[in-house]
Amino acid sequence: MSELILGSLMSDSLENRGLIKRSMTWIDQRFPWTPTFEKHASKYYAPKNFNVWYVFGVLAFVVLIIQLLTGLFLTMNYVPTAEGAFGSVEYSMHEVSWGWLIRYAHSTGASAFFVVIYLHMFRGFAYGSYRKPRELIWLIGMGIYLVLMAEGFFGYLLPWGNMSYWGAEVIVSLFGAIPIVGADLAEWIRGDYVLSSITLNRFFALHVFALPGVLVVLVFVHMVALHHVGSNNPDGIEIKDKKDEKGVPLDGIPFHPYYTVHDFFAVIVFLIAFCAVMFFAPEMFGYFIEKPNFQIANPIATPEHIAPVWYYTPFYAMLRAVTFPLFGLDAKFWGLVVMAGAILIPLALPWLDKSPVKSIRYKGRISKFMLGMLVVSFIVLGYLGTQPPSGFGTATAQIGTLVYFLYFILMPWYTRREKTKPVPERVTGGH
Amino acid sequence: MGEKIPGSVTRRYLLIATSAVTTVGAAGAAVPFARSWTPSEKAKALGAPIEVDIAKLRPGEILKPEPEWRGRGIIVVYRTPEAIERLETDHRRLADPTSKRSVQPAYAKNLTRSIRPEIGVYLGKCTHLGCVPKYYGKVQPEKFDVRWKGGFFCPCHGSKFDLAGRVEKNLPAPTNLEVPVHQFENDHILHVGIDTGEFDE
Repeated sequence: MSELILGSLMSDSLENRGLIKRSMTWIDQRFPWTPTFEKHASKYYAPKNFNVWYVFGVLAFVVLIIQLLTGLFLTMNYVPTAEGAFGSVEYSMHEVSWGWLIRYAHSTGASAFFVVIYLHMFRGFAYGSYRKPRELIWLIGMGIYLVLMAEGFFGYLLPWGNMSYWGAEVIVSLFGAIPIVGADLAEWIRGDYVLSSITLNRFFALHVFALPGVLVVLVFVHMVALHHVGSNNPDGIEIKDKKDEKGVPLDGIPFHPYYTVHDFFAVIVFLIAFCAVMFFAPEMFGYFIEKPNFQIANPIATPEHIAPVWYYTPFYAMLRAVTFPLFGLDAKFWGLVVMAGAILIPLALPWLDKSPVKSIRYKGRISKFMLGMLVVSFIVLGYLGTQPPSGFGTATAQIGTLVYFLYFILMPWYTRREKTKPVPERVTGGH
Repeated sequence: MGEKIPGSVTRRYLLIATSAVTTVGAAGAAVPFARSWTPSEKAKALGAPIEVDIAKLRPGEILKPEPEWRGRGIIVVYRTPEAIERLETDHRRLADPTSKRSVQPAYAKNLTRSIRPEIGVYLGKCTHLGCVPKYYGKVQPEKFDVRWKGGFFCPCHGSKFDLAGRVEKNLPAPTNLEVPVHQFENDHILHVGIDTGEFDE
């Protein structure tokens, strides 16, 4: 009896397997599912020596999903008008079931996005991931970063808190500092003579519709380019240069299952940290959600001290570091130029780095020193940007700004001049 | 390659012409979208020039309640002859006494920063971060300044302005208070937000 059942079960599963196989064949004749899966996962060979710095791309993708999902549900209770916005966010927080969780996941996600993106970018700086043939991956990635900054800026106005309002006021009025067209440009962005409901409504449209669309397309293109040329690695060696007889890189392992499992672990660790912030410190002591944002926007009462959210503060500090007019144009305009320059200069990295080696592991002492100084200046500037302006602070920010720019401007010189270490034939370490 | 396809030159010209016309068409189609971002009729109506009755304004006072234009309070101050004299002579503490770096219409780029020496019209918005400066009109010691000669004080970050809205040195506000475009219809009626020149004396 039991044998009979077992036998029928076995034949069932065999038949099922046949069914699955037949279904896959049916699909593959109509859609390239199996070839796509092989190209991007089971036969995508990633270097075997990835270290912890290589998880942040995947984590950024996870945060993107969190933001799209929570953002979608936030719009269901949000009212994009000056009269309704603040109240509708409070309504989400207090009256919608689990609304607080969705809102805090989104606000924590915004900061988490920049945490993982900055670490992801640092990985690129350190291991030369922007070098030939990955210049386009780098440029697309910078495009993602710029869109993300715009996305964060538009999103921060939406709760219509007092810091939302004044932060946006300060940034929009920066455009007013551009000679000749500035005032008209600022008015065009606002759609009004002051920051108003009209501005809020268009920022809402950009934040929930336009920029997420651009972001998703850019992320897709970023990955297409990456899978076309293959990943870099901590040694900066091209694994495609050494292949076995089947054409598989000797130092490559299939992305699936090796790195899918590896990254799954990283995602779990990340989500634990994410939840810890979301549940226990969603405001992060005023760094993720600033205190004045718990009051409704008030056009005639400026917060005591206006500071942007932490992920913009290094650039905000550079903006404020310019305190002197030049060539008949005022300091505000030059501050804008310096800030824009600081944000855009990493675009030139692939052409500034003239080193014969890619990875910081084999670069010389000056490169290591300069990279260290870049990190220090970025963190110091980030701190100064959160603080009210002071004489000492401004002087420090000026030095920090100089150090930041010197990393890039001097790069063609020091990467050519310094003595590098020999790069091994094959990658080191790994599983 | 090398072999000439009949009519290939014509095709090339047609391709260029089509691309050019398409580009012009696309640019034209972008205009309505870009224009839709300019202030709407409603925004323009709300931001329209205002008429202010200054008949009841007395020397040494500012107009109360402050008239509002484009979401901002407008300071209308009536200065005494002594105050006007101080504005013209006392420049020691000022950062930009002749308003070189400040924003005002040409007709207000003078020592009193006004059309009529006695009536000053200023935007009630600190040039530092946009707070509302408060009026302290009397020449008397104030808690923020023992040698106060009358003017405006910003409670947010302590910037001080004289009765012509000129900022004092070494304070957060970089420039003098902005002067909005304005004109006097007669002795009693002031227009803010418009300067057609039709009522010029």
